[in-house]
Amino acid sequence: MKTLVWVEHDNKTVKDATLAAVTAAGKLGEVHLLVAGSGCAAVADEAAKIAGVGKVHLADDAAFEHALAENVAPLVVDLMGHHDAFICPATTTGKNIAPRVAALLDVMQISDILSVEDGDKTFTRPIYAGNAIATVTSSDPKLVITVRGTAFDKAETSGGSGTVEAVASTGDAGLSTFVSSEIAKSERPELTSAKIIVSGGRALKDAETFQEVIIPLADKLNAGVGASRAAVDAGYVPNDYQVGQTGKIVAPEAYFAIGISGAIQHLAGMKDSKVIIAINKDEDAPIFQVADIGLVGDLFKIVPELTEKL
Amino acid sequence: MKILVPVKRVIDYNVKPRVKADGSGVDLANVKMSMNPFDEIAVEEAIRIKEAGKADEIIAVSVGPAKAQETLRTALAMGADRAILVETDDTVEPLAVAKILKAIADEEQPGLIMLGKQAIDDDSNQTGQMLAALMGRPQGTFANTVEIDGGSVIVKREIDGGLETVKLTMPAIVTTDLRLNEPRYASLPNIMKAKKKQLDVKSPADFGVDTAPRLTTTNVSEPPVRQAGEKVADVDAMVAKLKALGIA
Ligand SMILES: Cc1cc2nc3c(=O)[nH]c(=O)nc-3n(C[C@H](O)[C@H](O)[C@H](O)COP(=O)(O)OP(=O)(O)OC[C@H]3O[C@@H](n4cnc5c(N)ncnc54)[C@H](O)[C@@H]3O)c2cc1C
Ligand SMILES: Nc1ncnc2c1ncn2[C@@H]1O[C@H](COP(=O)(O)O)[C@@H](O)[C@H]1O
Repeated sequence: MKTLVWVEHDNKTVKDATLAAVTAAGKLGEVHLLVAGSGCAAVADEAAKIAGVGKVHLADDAAFEHALAENVAPLVVDLMGHHDAFICPATTTGKNIAPRVAALLDVMQISDILSVEDGDKTFTRPIYAGNAIATVTSSDPKLVITVRGTAFDKAETSGGSGTVEAVASTGDAGLSTFVSSEIAKSERPELTSAKIIVSGGRALKDAETFQEVIIPLADKLNAGVGASRAAVDAGYVPNDYQVGQTGKIVAPEAYFAIGISGAIQHLAGMKDSKVIIAINKDEDAPIFQVADIGLVGDLFKIVPELTEKL
Repeated sequence: MKILVPVKRVIDYNVKPRVKADGSGVDLANVKMSMNPFDEIAVEEAIRIKEAGKADEIIAVSVGPAKAQETLRTALAMGADRAILVETDDTVEPLAVAKILKAIADEEQPGLIMLGKQAIDDDSNQTGQMLAALMGRPQGTFANTVEIDGGSVIVKREIDGGLETVKLTMPAIVTTDLRLNEPRYASLPNIMKAKKKQLDVKSPADFGVDTAPRLTTTNVSEPPVRQAGEKVADVDAMVAKLKALGIA
């Protein structure tokens, strides 16, 4: 099977999320990549070095600068004339583009796969907030898949010897325009690739308290910072901090859940973490049912003490 | 302008799903069912747009069993004007739902179609994007704010790195994220009024859509259960454990 993997990037460098998708694609067969963007030739050169990669298709056009699905989907559909599967990381970009491609190809997308099973059209995927795992087989002639980043190892970023080939742009569909973005620049490790994550919940009271209590601990551990939906809804932190069924899926070496009750929607996003540490004043909080290390008590006393003693 | 709002009847988000022992699926017998939470947000947003004088009719649509009438009545009680049930007892995949919705949109000609970003049962996150593709129209997914501006809709989207704003030419498809609004509760008088609102019942065949699934589910199993570890007595004990594990 010949696969086409969507390369996630910012027109400068390849994003980590791409690497798990490449590994998943490798289980299906030959791996080709698509770098669609504007002024993104350096991304294609970097992508060609990813281990196991064959051809890198480079579509460099202003219409692709912001990866608008309306512009990108026709490009992918063209390339799917020569590929059997289109694979995206399950990022917000991948989730935006892949279903649009699937519908244009008249195939059912398989979302958020956890594994590739025997035969190359059978996969497992989580449903019901990860409370059940479904094994599904596609009967479509072509496959469109999004890949859960935490379920596959990352492909090596070197050792590959792919060739870059320019493809003609399909142009601007004239349906949508990019207006602006608010992307916070942070020195902190990105949530989906951080080795350690410190997350705070509703108990953190407000944005200021969240900063005062959670950030020093995260700094000490060089950790990424996450949050529950309740903390995001209440405005303690921006939306991209949300971990869970409908936020980011993470699986770090260590996940600190601080003042988070452990609703199923939150657990769905972090329960595959290697070690879970919970701090909560309610000894019956559901988070303790999945925690490896639990401490019952007031986080406002515990967290500063912990930060100091580490 | 009309707004079309597809709403799905799903397991209530407060219920912990149980996998059937024979691996055939999740047990939904005698389980509380509700409107998909993201669809409540979509209904609410449509109502707010209408209240702002920028829309004149809201049509709620559901594809599902006869019981999905309850879900539609909830949408009507919140403030939708009329409803369409496309009745079927089969599982209908997002691609087929999108095809049915396209057929309805062709008849109704809405300026805006507001869906949830994700149904919390299948967790597909596909239907809105597929509908936009089939209609050849723009999509504003994971909406954090929605603003109608003449013949365009400006959507601020929740993305992995933060927020992104796009401008879409209408007719357009929007899918909702959690921060778009807080849905209202239907008042008792409105629940009573909703019983008299128009609710048409159709079938997938009325729209010429083949709902045969493309994916076969051969097994549904429980994920590996995570064992709870131990509770420690104090911060010193926690620090010792973290050090032993090499975390600190
Ligand atoms: C459609 C839908 C999607 C959702 N998606 C997500 C998602 O992706 N991610 C997500 O997180 N949630 C999600 N949710 C929300 C989820 O159901 C919960 O409401 C949310 O996770 C609760 O956040 P919380 O644990 O911070 O708050 P709460 O449940 O209020 O818990 C606060 C905890 O803090 C503890 N506490 C309070 N004070 C202290 C103190 N001084 N010291 C120590 N502990 C203290 C309390 O004992 C309690 O356990 C979703 C819900 C819906 C309906
Ligand atoms: N059977 C259905 N009936 C009505 N709307 C649906 C149905 N299935 C999906 N939708 C809509 O599509 C959205 C996304 O669903 P999904 O793609 O299944 O995650 C939902 O939030 C609904 O707005």
